[in-house]
Amino acid sequence: MANKLIKQMGLPNSIANIFTARNIITAKDALSLTEFELMEQLDVGMAEVKSAMAHISEVVCPPCQTALLLMEQRVRDERSAGHLPTRLRGLDEALCGGIPFGVVTELVGPAGIGKTQFCLKLSLLASLPENCGGLDGRVIYIDVESKFSSTRLIQIGIENFPEIFLKKGMAQEMAGRIVILRPTSLSEFTESLHHVQVSLLQKQVKLLIIDSMAALVLGEHDCGASRQQALGWHVSFIKSLAEFSRIPIVVTNQVRSQIGDEPLTFSFQVRSHSIKKEDRAAYDSHLVAALGINWAHAVTIRLVLEARSGQRFIKLAKSPISPPLAFPFNITSSGLVLLDDDGIEMKGSEINTIHCQGQKALFNSEW
Amino acid sequence: MEVGMLPISASKRGKLLAAGYTSLHSISRASASQLATDIEVSQDEACEILKYASQTSALDPSIGNSNTSNLYGGQTAWTMLNEEKFSTRITTSCVDLDNILGGGITCKEVTELGGVPGIGKTQIGIQLAVNVQIPLEYGGLGGKAIYIDTEGSFMVERVLQIAEACIEDMSEYSNHFHNNVQDCEVKMHPNSILENIFCFRVCSYTEQIALVNYLDKFIEEHKDVKMIIIDSVTFHFRQDFEDMALRTRLLNEMALKLMKLARKFCLAVVLLNQVTTKYIEGSYQLTLALGDSWSHSCTNRIILFWNGDERHAYIDKSPSLKSASAAYSVTTRGIRNSNSSCKRIKIV
Repeated sequence: MANKLIKQMGLPNSIANIFTARNIITAKDALSLTEFELMEQLDVGMAEVKSAMAHISEVVCPPCQTALLLMEQRVRDERSAGHLPTRLRGLDEALCGGIPFGVVTELVGPAGIGKTQFCLKLSLLASLPENCGGLDGRVIYIDVESKFSSTRLIQIGIENFPEIFLKKGMAQEMAGRIVILRPTSLSEFTESLHHVQVSLLQKQVKLLIIDSMAALVLGEHDCGASRQQALGWHVSFIKSLAEFSRIPIVVTNQVRSQIGDEPLTFSFQVRSHSIKKEDRAAYDSHLVAALGINWAHAVTIRLVLEARSGQRFIKLAKSPISPPLAFPFNITSSGLVLLDDDGIEMKGSEINTIHCQGQKALFNSEW
Repeated sequence: MEVGMLPISASKRGKLLAAGYTSLHSISRASASQLATDIEVSQDEACEILKYASQTSALDPSIGNSNTSNLYGGQTAWTMLNEEKFSTRITTSCVDLDNILGGGITCKEVTELGGVPGIGKTQIGIQLAVNVQIPLEYGGLGGKAIYIDTEGSFMVERVLQIAEACIEDMSEYSNHFHNNVQDCEVKMHPNSILENIFCFRVCSYTEQIALVNYLDKFIEEHKDVKMIIIDSVTFHFRQDFEDMALRTRLLNEMALKLMKLARKFCLAVVLLNQVTTKYIEGSYQLTLALGDSWSHSCTNRIILFWNGDERHAYIDKSPSLKSASAAYSVTTRGIRNSNSSCKRIKIV
């Protein structure tokens, strides 16, 4: 849209020629200048600049849809009104049906907590036929840390859907729908994203999983700011991919220790001087999600996986459609299983904190 | 130079100066045909220059103009006071928040709301898009809303939830105050609320600027729009923008256009902003994104933050409201009062 050529916009020839003569070719070039600058550069009066810009803006502007139309479209055209059911009842209810289409969902948590396990299950669910609750489509799994295990995938499939997976040839077909890409650097990842865009245009891909986002950038740059800038383009690109093709995109993220003891505050806030002693417990590390605050703003839904006193929880830390709930879970041979479908409502900013208590418990899984 | 103030092309300005017209006064004294021959332009163009010259000189008090009571585009403070007193505000559905805002979000002003991720900015945006539609009988504006989504966080399921809760609240209110059973039937359906929210999904900063330019025409065609929400105004300006000076200029121009829309059509503009960290006074602190220049652009600035376990809103900058903070909460029904025992509004 932004790269549309000005001469193809139906402006009167006189003014269109002036734009070309001054090397303002695309709409983006014109809109990146203020009206005053345009007046100076094109050497025309303000009234002419305004009318030309009004015309260009109208062409470049995105279409308008009422919220009612959007809702009706989703209910009519999409599976479960635009959600991928995770088969975890509590989570699906909280998310109004499942992982939503068209937005980026982030899974963040310490190492070994179960993020990849959850991703494996989701990729399986998306490849299943529609009568079993799946999306009947291909899945692209971008595996940066080489954690994808096909054996484990088939095991989860057999445990959850024995009627499909034990049938002859079905396991092969389901597993055949999942494409794994293994980029080793940020530039290779960028290339993979372009390939993904092409596949999406052919409308076969129904889910994109990136495991993990943090690993891509942490290897390349040293300090925080340039790391975040490097991801800037990728963030917008991934979001627009999700938006245009109306597919769910799931991204995993790592955690890092927080510098300093107190959380960041605004300048007008009074800093509390009482630091509770329990927070300094020996094996409780103060963790935050990696990739910074810009990334935290960019994701639409953030699911935090953490361990507290040996029990793992999956929390809805950021979601425009759900209350702040935490569900206890375990990893079994059939993947992630919720222990309580009602969830515990978390008050305040507790929903955002990430705990990693009880390291030993993390490796005590049953499978 | 005065001639530099005229909104005409640079070459015409150059011609005026070369022909000896160095002040607006000298231009307005000349006749159109005289001007046309002197600077070699057509009669129409000369008339246009004369029109601009007389308009511009009316704004400048140093040019001795005896006609001061009808200054171009001006309004006396008394008329403005009367307008402000009787203008309806748009409620946020949280009484404490409405109180510190002086009743709610004001029309004809640009209000900026910023906060950390997950604090409820989109929630407030959606609540306002629904509340602007509250009919006049219930103290609302009965208007429509434009929701500009730059991040993809506008989820229709949530809008439906909030719309249904709003209608339930309205019928409860009418049950309270009206005895006649027929009167308290609220004639709104959640679908009609959804129908009155115009959504635009913006995917780049060029589209965002184009859309703000186009809104003038759009609102001319939909005169009952009373609320524009941009969620968030920051997102596309934060991703790989190399030229920061250009960013500041574009943002300033966008803010001016929004302010103009607010005043022209008498509607409220709400901009949602993100946060970033800044090194102030020896430590990292949170501050709203888009820089210092942008912080001057909006009329009112409200910062949303966590205070212990509660969500609070703090009036950071406003020409008419006192600096205060109030607690609010995000519930399944939308934005509501906080349930804490301490209900006093803290005046900072």
